[in-house]
Amino acid sequence: MSMASLGRLRNSLVLIVALVAIWQGLYWWVGDVALASPLATLRYTAKLFATESFEGHLFDTLRAFAIAFALSVVIGLAVGFWLGFDRLSGDTLEPMIVSVYAIPKLTLYPILLLAFGLGLSAKVAFGVLHGVIPIILFTLSAVHNTKPILLKTGRVLKLSRSQMVRWILFPAAIPEIFTGLRVGFALTLIGSLLAEMFASQRGLGYLLMNGIGLHNVELIMAVTLVIVVFAAAVSTLLLYIDHRLHRRA
Amino acid sequence: MSRVAWYRVFVVGGAIALLEVLCLTGIIDKITMQAPHLIVRDLYRMLVSGRMNGAIMKTLGNTLLALGLALGVGIITGALLHRWRALRDTLDPLFATYYAVPVFAFYPFFIVVFGLGDLPQVLIAFMLGVVAVIVNTLNGLDRVPVVLLKTARIMRLSPIDTALRMTLPSAGPYLLTGVKLAVAYAFIGVIGSEFIMSRGGIGYEISFAYANFDNATMYPLIVLILLASVAINGVLSRWEQKLLARRGMR
Repeated sequence: MSMASLGRLRNSLVLIVALVAIWQGLYWWVGDVALASPLATLRYTAKLFATESFEGHLFDTLRAFAIAFALSVVIGLAVGFWLGFDRLSGDTLEPMIVSVYAIPKLTLYPILLLAFGLGLSAKVAFGVLHGVIPIILFTLSAVHNTKPILLKTGRVLKLSRSQMVRWILFPAAIPEIFTGLRVGFALTLIGSLLAEMFASQRGLGYLLMNGIGLHNVELIMAVTLVIVVFAAAVSTLLLYIDHRLHRRA
Repeated sequence: MSRVAWYRVFVVGGAIALLEVLCLTGIIDKITMQAPHLIVRDLYRMLVSGRMNGAIMKTLGNTLLALGLALGVGIITGALLHRWRALRDTLDPLFATYYAVPVFAFYPFFIVVFGLGDLPQVLIAFMLGVVAVIVNTLNGLDRVPVVLLKTARIMRLSPIDTALRMTLPSAGPYLLTGVKLAVAYAFIGVIGSEFIMSRGGIGYEISFAYANFDNATMYPLIVLILLASVAINGVLSRWEQKLLARRGMR
């Protein structure tokens, strides 16, 4: 392990300890009514994982998320390569896709619900709506940033369009595409959780909203903790791979 | 107008026309969606009658409050972190993974702690925006050329003069990127949390209309939000491009 990654590891550890300390301090300050202590939350989380109903909710969320992410990747890469290749469509559509990124997409959810009905497909569609945009944008810019010499070589070798993608564009664009996948991963997770929070009978998002109704602080904090730890852990891993890919390129 | 701009108008116009045809022929039924011209009519009536003004003002007020907080806290924190290297290095993993964590997941927790008022919404919008401002402030400050700061020292500028005449103009485009993101996030945070659970605001009205199958209210409000966010984002993006172009970075 190099010095730099050791330093990063130390920083992360210091950060985690500091966050837990702040949490504990807040708990001492506001007390039992509003907050559960870190230890109590951990204990409740362990208990939660042992129950069968929680496993159902967790599985539901993970399934919706997995399908949504797979679809986001496939659609995002296809559209991204198309827009990257075809300069005119790219120039026309890119600003529109960028502005979709900035709208509060939650307001579009009722339309998706009306179109797909309550259930898995609406959740998946909403996850895709969030996750596909960064994947498209990063793929597009990756294709644009490919070194012209590589493309010229491909043309000299008379590669077909699909061969060009397979042997030249894809390998050259991998680092940047991976960054898109990393951002897309996070946004897909946000999308599927938001969908569950608004209208759903199952999943972690539903559990969170249910916790408000029951005023079950421990439940809310435990589920929030599970989501945050999962998101942070996976994203740290992806970030690590991302850095390595960029250094190699 | 350039050719690409015409194509853009054509794509958007085509999509709306397609929806219109699908709605009028009944392929999309009335319960699912109203025809676009009816949505525009309802939106006009709604705005003229002023029955949504309360909700609009509430949402705008909370968004502005969250935006102001995110900008103030973000820029000051960014400037301080720029000076304090050790803390910045420690916080770096937090900034790197921050946007992977669904901030909205904290909303139920905030409701339980602070009650179902405006505070949880403003807090969510603030949390979404503030890190983007910090990161872009740091980025901008990192890129201020050293020669400018040396020139400032030769001219014996006071720290305030240095900040106003050297650092700020130089870091400007990056700060603006932070502002642009913070505006979008403030909107998303406030409207999103109103939508999930609240007592008022545009997001609340949309979810209320959805629950009552009131398409005549829901679609115009959705269109209003789409138009507002696209317009604001467009203006800020254009300004950003202009600043970047002036600095020769395009």
